[in-house]
Amino acid sequence: MSNYSTNEFKNGLKVMLDGTPCSIIDNEFVKPGKGQAFNRVKLRNLKTGRVLEKTFKSGESIPAADVMDIEMEYLYKDSDSWVFMDPKTYEQINIDETTLGDAIKWLKEQDKYIITLFEGSPITVSAPNFVELKISQTDPGVRGNTVTGASKPATLETGTVINVPLFIDQDEIIRIDTRKEEYISRAKS
Amino acid sequence: MRWNADAKIATLQSRSRLLTKIRQFFTQHNYLEVETPLLGKHTVTDPHIDSFSAQGKAQQPPQYLQTSPEFFMKRLLAHGSGPIYQICKAFRQEEQGKQHNPEFTILEFYQPGFDHHALMQQVDHLMRYAINTPPAEKVSYLELFQSHLRIDPHTASLNELHEKIKQQNIQISTDALDRDACLQLLLSHSIEPNIGKQQPLFIYDYPTSQAALAKIRTGSPAVAERFELYYKGMELANGFHELNDSKQQQHRFELDLKQRAIHQKALPSLDNKFIECLDKLPACSGVAIGVDRLAMLHAKADRIEQVLTFSWDER
Repeated sequence: MSNYSTNEFKNGLKVMLDGTPCSIIDNEFVKPGKGQAFNRVKLRNLKTGRVLEKTFKSGESIPAADVMDIEMEYLYKDSDSWVFMDPKTYEQINIDETTLGDAIKWLKEQDKYIITLFEGSPITVSAPNFVELKISQTDPGVRGNTVTGASKPATLETGTVINVPLFIDQDEIIRIDTRKEEYISRAKS
Repeated sequence: MRWNADAKIATLQSRSRLLTKIRQFFTQHNYLEVETPLLGKHTVTDPHIDSFSAQGKAQQPPQYLQTSPEFFMKRLLAHGSGPIYQICKAFRQEEQGKQHNPEFTILEFYQPGFDHHALMQQVDHLMRYAINTPPAEKVSYLELFQSHLRIDPHTASLNELHEKIKQQNIQISTDALDRDACLQLLLSHSIEPNIGKQQPLFIYDYPTSQAALAKIRTGSPAVAERFELYYKGMELANGFHELNDSKQQQHRFELDLKQRAIHQKALPSLDNKFIECLDKLPACSGVAIGVDRLAMLHAKADRIEQVLTFSWDER
């Protein structure tokens, strides 16, 4: 694999740190007056999701990580794994619960997810930032009640429970921000 | 395609007012405004500064975009100019970040007869006049490291410095860090975030290994008569009680080149006209100030692009 010098650092760059693939999420060039410059970098460990800080002398190089993001379609749940397919090659892969992580909350058949491969093996699954899911159970809607902030729990078709406004009914499809795990709006259909 | 300027019009107006005030200050203090070449036959040897070179016709030696107007301004002082100032562009490769643009605006000025303490006072007056700062404080490099890190920067061993870096929880491999890199790391990571928050702070009398172009004052320890100014998380100025000894300067340049060779950096030829002028350089102090950073403070901007018409990435 190739190396990246600190002057090539930018957000999203995938690098190896102590044998672990990481993604750069913040890179600050630090130089107090004259003298040695440093790059103060925040990285996300792609396996655990943990954020770590690391400082490099400017001009130093670190190895690139053999990491690739591909879009795959979720097909079905096998006994103890989840099966995804590359819609271009029809190649299928099985993903275990640990790797699936939080994406399990929003997993719907035929939806597309970003699978991160490290040296060919899946290490993380990311749900899209916004998903549309059907409500399988919630208390009956209260028509005309638009009091700001008033909400009730609703169970989604994936089993995940989130808060929705009082006027939302069972079987409605809603739009959700998966990063904040929040209701956004009714889905426009 | 985005073709707009980075700075808002209101910020450009703020920047223009700042430049007017700076020029007023120097006129009131009887400085001569000068202009020196931006493209020179020579460039600095500083191991941590890399110049851009510009190629003219093939087979001709490259020219260098100046990293500061220092060498030409000192030749003017030696020529008998008296107090001078300049506001110009300077260029440094690979310095880009929240407070750095590889092409930036520098204010540099020199006052014959001043030592570094007298010049710090004048910088303080300029800051108060131009951007309404509260009066500055002063602390020596030694006192600063003693009070913030309980370490003597002049005598601490390399091992003690490596230990201190670990103790400060700075995540870096210390193997490749020499004494000065350790001190600079500790200054930028552990000290800088905690100084100059309310009022500007001058740090003065640096380790002799970081003398650059400053005079060294013998004593125990010997120190370089150099200062820097910090305010609100930014380094704003770097000044020297100027070395005016050509032999010593030549020796320092040669040490710089050795450092550059170790790190496989370009080895510029020495600027002999500059070295020779130093024996005629009057006793003086000089300072370089980052104008873009003053403009950031003046306009309350937190990124350098916000005060630039077209930043490095938008050219």
